Amino acid sequence: MEAFTEKFGIGQPVRRKEDQRLLTGGGVYTDDINIEGQAYLAFLRAPYAHARINHIDTTAAAAAPGVLAVFTGRDLEADGVGRVETDINLKELDGTPIFKTQRLALPTDKVRFAGEPVAVVVAVTAFQAADAVERIVFDVEQLPAVVTARAAAAQGAAILHDELPDNCALHWQNDTPDAYDSVAAKAHKIVSIALTNNRVVPVPMEPKCCIADMNPGTGRLTIYAPFQGGRRIQGAIADLLFDGDGEKVRHVSDNTGGGFGTRSKIYPEIIAICYAAKKLGRAVKWLGDRSETFVSDLHGRDQVNDAQLAFDADGKILGYRLETLVNIGAWVTENGARLAIDGGGRILGGCYDIPVLYYSCRNMMTNTVSTDTYRGAGRPEANYIVERLMEKAAHELGIDPHELRRRNFIKTFPYTTQMGMNVDCGDFAACMDMALSTSDWAGFGARASRSQARGKLRGIGLASFLEGAGGRPEEVMRVRFEKDGAVNIICGTFSHGQGHATVYSQILSEKMGVPYHSINLIQGDTDTAPAGASGTYGSRSSQMGGMAILRACDMIIEKGKIIAGHLLQAETAEVAFEAATFSARGGSVTMVDVAKAAHDPRRLPDGLEPGLDETYLYKRDGGRDDQSFPNGCHICEIELDPETGAVEMLAYSAADDCGTVLNPLIVHGQVHGGVAQGIGQALCEHTVYDEETGQLLTGSFMDYGMPRAQHLSHMTAEFNPIPSTNNELGVKGAGEAGCCGAPAAFVNAVLDALKPLGVSHLDMPLTPNNIWRAIHGAKAEGENS
Amino acid sequence: MDMTGEQRIAAPRQVVWDALNDADALKASLPGCEEVEKISDTEFSAKLKLVVGPVKARFSGQVTLSDIDAPNGYTLSGQGSGGAAGFGKGEAKVTLSDDGDGTVISYTVHATVGGKLAQIGQRLIDATAKKMARQFFESFAAYLEAKGAPEGEAGEAAPPAAAQAKVADGQGLFWGMIGVALVILWIIN
Repeated sequence: MEAFTEKFGIGQPVRRKEDQRLLTGGGVYTDDINIEGQAYLAFLRAPYAHARINHIDTTAAAAAPGVLAVFTGRDLEADGVGRVETDINLKELDGTPIFKTQRLALPTDKVRFAGEPVAVVVAVTAFQAADAVERIVFDVEQLPAVVTARAAAAQGAAILHDELPDNCALHWQNDTPDAYDSVAAKAHKIVSIALTNNRVVPVPMEPKCCIADMNPGTGRLTIYAPFQGGRRIQGAIADLLFDGDGEKVRHVSDNTGGGFGTRSKIYPEIIAICYAAKKLGRAVKWLGDRSETFVSDLHGRDQVNDAQLAFDADGKILGYRLETLVNIGAWVTENGARLAIDGGGRILGGCYDIPVLYYSCRNMMTNTVSTDTYRGAGRPEANYIVERLMEKAAHELGIDPHELRRRNFIKTFPYTTQMGMNVDCGDFAACMDMALSTSDWAGFGARASRSQARGKLRGIGLASFLEGAGGRPEEVMRVRFEKDGAVNIICGTFSHGQGHATVYSQILSEKMGVPYHSINLIQGDTDTAPAGASGTYGSRSSQMGGMAILRACDMIIEKGKIIAGHLLQAETAEVAFEAATFSARGGSVTMVDVAKAAHDPRRLPDGLEPGLDETYLYKRDGGRDDQSFPNGCHICEIELDPETGAVEMLAYSAADDCGTVLNPLIVHGQVHGGVAQGIGQALCEHTVYDEETGQLLTGSFMDYGMPRAQHLSHMTAEFNPIPSTNNELGVKGAGEAGCCGAPAAFVNAVLDALKPLGVSHLDMPLTPNNIWRAIHGAKAEGENS
Repeated sequence: MDMTGEQRIAAPRQVVWDALNDADALKASLPGCEEVEKISDTEFSAKLKLVVGPVKARFSGQVTLSDIDAPNGYTLSGQGSGGAAGFGKGEAKVTLSDDGDGTVISYTVHATVGGKLAQIGQRLIDATAKKMARQFFESFAAYLEAKGAPEGEAGEAAPPAAAQAKVADGQGLFWGMIGVALVILWIIN
């Protein structure tokens, strides 16, 4: 028994059981699925960023070869299709509620971003559908477009929604600025920074894809689509198309080619496809192409920040003032307008003790696709601001950057932040020391000299970060022991790269002492997922799902004791359980014996339900405020060619505290992936809309820079685990931490390298062009002064 | 987007101007031009086949002429729609001027594109537009060369009123076509 727990229990570097199948082409993605007799659907997307719809003439399209139907928003309206309403209830300081949008899947009044779907064609073949789309006459009156948060806030800007003349969906403030102003008035030094957090496109490998299969006989719709939690899409489609009858909707997803948050949304495309399938009483398939994915997948980030830290004479923070404009795009989506508040706000001010806070966050509507959760969802932005500020403050105060951080780290726990979060534990200085040592920070000077001798500039940058992980504070898990001793974990969380089949098995193997290889994960089908299950996002599956598994196992043990007692002719209370063995009165039965008996009514006591199958709804005690708080310190070292502005990443040292490490191999992978995503944003990813026309200019991989292996260096990931006190597993959530640390570490490193040239400020992405311009701008300034 | 350009044609201005009346010459010179229809003296529609990188579409365009100042030039406003490929619209100021024994056609363009053309074609449009402009002028010059320039001198004596009258039909047709080309092809940039 001990042998496999040692090898496969919690904390063991078990290789992912998913990989064999995925790496040998055995994965089943949505486009791999085909339903007999399926029709194909294509979208007409608005080529205008902002326009009033006069008329959509579908006559010629409907008459085109192979066309089965053409639908516009008018059809959806006539059939009573529901509208997706903003489900955020934040209020402004004076009590004004957030502006909510009611979005019909295909708009009837206006188009509000280039690429918004306005009509669908269903045809026998995909080519016929695409050809017929060309025949739709889309008659509009073009309107001026606004694409940046700052422009949307300006006087006279184009107005997205007539009811919202200032384009500001929510101006959230934690307080009036008075408290901050009074500490700022007494401050020894105020350090300010203005930053732009560039918009990124999530670009999962798998584009949006959906098959909606309507069975007219049963009246039931089956949706196949990549999605991070089927219960939610099931509920949404039931509400919009089936009067809330969830029984009428099933969602199935086997494998998903990347989620990153953008695959957790109820997209208008999915609604329109489900509508078409229901209307036509057949299966309808749509595979979005990469272009459609660029214009219509919800984007990430996109903020402008004006931030200030007030310090006393000892370099201790007195107060933090942050004014943020968030570009939330054309619709107030599920999370867009709360990312900077409920997301980034969780950890505003990062690892530092902030006694006074003024935070103003204006969520601006623009003629762009909406922004929403993207790996980190507000926390990378918040950490980036404070780490850039701390770096700048260190220089302005003349205090060593580590020392300034050390002086201001939160040191006593639990710590309640100004945003009301309870940070339960952490040792931020220990993580920093670990990263300083691994990166050989002390030896940097010598390395920089060697670079200099070769005509290169070397830089090193540090960023501490605090994450807030956990999301929705409840999750359900079902654990079922089969009669042969095999165990099925049946869930509504959805592994799309996180390795749940492996990690859940490790948790269960450790808890029950049953062989790791006997455990199987069943996910991705609402017909099996327990009711009330939520999904995978917000770095929550291990801490929420893992806990629900432990509790369900407790119930299995309790029932197992009743069965074992019956088999051993002992009282239930006498039965002890350890390492897959029930024992009492000198006798014992194995877990497999009990599982077998559980399925054999002849061997069960009177009144006991057969089977060994328990479902547990786990609720986190403190609810939303009681997240887990992963944290760490990342150090990046780079070399820069002053002739070209090109940056080469040389080394990356991550020291992370993600609580108990369930599987170091998987957590390393999570850190590497998160760092790569963070470096991508800092180095090359950049979303540009044309400010005159509102067209997406970076709409393909020709113009949108993705990070590649060649852009990255070797990464060292180490752990300083301080178990979370918020769950018995002690886990803190590792999925999003990497991109919380990487952008600031990378940019601080580049700024460090550029210091001799007088460059003191840069905004992401640090492309060679941007760096070269900064170098030459600084030179010109130097020459003029 | 803004673009300016000029092209010297090795023929006197009046020859160029007259040749521009020749619908066949223009149809032969404009790459991808399929048809031109005159709606009124100052309004034309045309169909062009256009390939910008991966975006391939048949564009229907409308062109309106204004500020007509024959034989010196005028302003064209046009827009073209390529269905799912997107749209282009813009304005071009075109002037003809003497350059020794040749003529210089100058143009200043402000144009916008939308849809797939903007999303994917952006960085390819420039090269495509330049290539198409070159093709047009090569074909146009070749046409003039083949035809010779026999009636050049006679044209110079033509009274301004006659020239004005010509613009109303034949010249308009030319500029309608070149307008579509400029505004939808080069100008698409």
